[in-house]
Amino acid sequence: MIVEVRMPDGTTHRLEALEGWRVMEVIRDWGLPIKAECGGACACATCHVWVGAEWVAKLPPASDEELEMLDGAFQVDERSRLCCQIIMAEDLDGLEVELAPESLADAPVVRLAVGG
Amino acid sequence: MAANQASTDVIIIGAGPVGLFAVFQLGLAHLEAHVVDILDRPGGQCAELYPEKPIYDIPGLPVCTGQELTNRLLEQIRPFKPEFHFGEMAAALAKTEDGSWRLTTDEGRVIVAKVVVIAAGGGSFVPKRPPIPGIDAYEGTSVFYAVRRIGDFHGRRIVVAGGGDSALDWTVNLAPIAERLTLIHRRSEFRAAPDTVHKMRALEADGLVRFELGQPTGLKGRDGVLEAVTVKRPDGTSFDVGADVLLPFFGLTMKLGPIANFGLNLNENLIPVDTARFETSTPGIFAIGDINTYPGKLKLILSGFHEAALMAQAAYRYVHPDKTLRFQYTTSSSELQRLLKVA
Repeated sequence: MIVEVRMPDGTTHRLEALEGWRVMEVIRDWGLPIKAECGGACACATCHVWVGAEWVAKLPPASDEELEMLDGAFQVDERSRLCCQIIMAEDLDGLEVELAPESLADAPVVRLAVGG
Repeated sequence: MAANQASTDVIIIGAGPVGLFAVFQLGLAHLEAHVVDILDRPGGQCAELYPEKPIYDIPGLPVCTGQELTNRLLEQIRPFKPEFHFGEMAAALAKTEDGSWRLTTDEGRVIVAKVVVIAAGGGSFVPKRPPIPGIDAYEGTSVFYAVRRIGDFHGRRIVVAGGGDSALDWTVNLAPIAERLTLIHRRSEFRAAPDTVHKMRALEADGLVRFELGQPTGLKGRDGVLEAVTVKRPDGTSFDVGADVLLPFFGLTMKLGPIANFGLNLNENLIPVDTARFETSTPGIFAIGDINTYPGKLKLILSGFHEAALMAQAAYRYVHPDKTLRFQYTTSSSELQRLLKVA
């Protein structure tokens, strides 16, 4: 399955994803520069993405904890999610997300192997 | 020596779990440490990001929270009496004539030591800066990320942005002395402590606080003097709030900061080290925990603990080049047990 990620510089990346992986992990392990400071604990708001408008209703709704953490993000709107809280599944194949500028890491992390 | 000057064996930059455990390993090697951290308390990410979240992969501790781990480490290192310098950022590092290192903090403190250990995790925690065009021109004159002297805000038109404890605490504290205080937040629920939210609502009822739904998107003014904050409502429309001061409180984020200027080799904001001593490209400067990189590195707290143990062995040789460090176990060594104040 595929996640399509639009970076703040306008480039778009089609990333192979594995079922059960957090979208944040997919982006990070393909080596794209995402901050994701807390490592997926829903504790920092530095994996803020805007999901494609048609995907908003298809995603499981954000938890109260995610909504609270989104208070630490910028330019938050109804398409805003923390992508560490989006778990890849077959019905999310083709998911489109745009990384918010404040979630861009200063530099890429080391790329790890990803299957699929 | 002046009050803000000190000499020690080892300077540790970062009081997260790995920096704290480094105090322990250095202590067993009879080395004293001073610890510098930009946060106002120990724990690093464990304290700032997930004090109440569970950690399950600390050896021998089936579960503990970030704060519990911090507390346990503080208890473990207490016999070694580390000197902590909280709320200070390691700003500059220079070599002295006798081959020691002189660290200067942004508060002007100077610490001299033979060895420096960088345990800075993801870097310094600094306030998140809203992506408002031109905001840097107002920072320090009209835009502030912290309040040092309440009196400076007397009679000002203040806009506070955010929904957490800092935003609500300062709303409650500044509203009585402000000419006008407007709190802006993207939704009507707040993360802040319920008690503070009640106080804010009471001040709102008394007309001392105006609450508006929205997020700051623009600043109007000139030469660093703010005149208004543009606020975008959830429905996409915008309005201006007349303001002399904007206080954005959106939490903290990590930046490598001045460490980038220490003259060390860097690899994508991480510090490459060898895996026998966890030493950087500069002899006498070590890097342990999340901030270092080497083949196979995993960003786990337990990796940092291991790195601290090996670093301490190598650090000893810099401080005592003419001595041999005897490798001993805390279980059987009466010498180590005396250091730990258990024998």
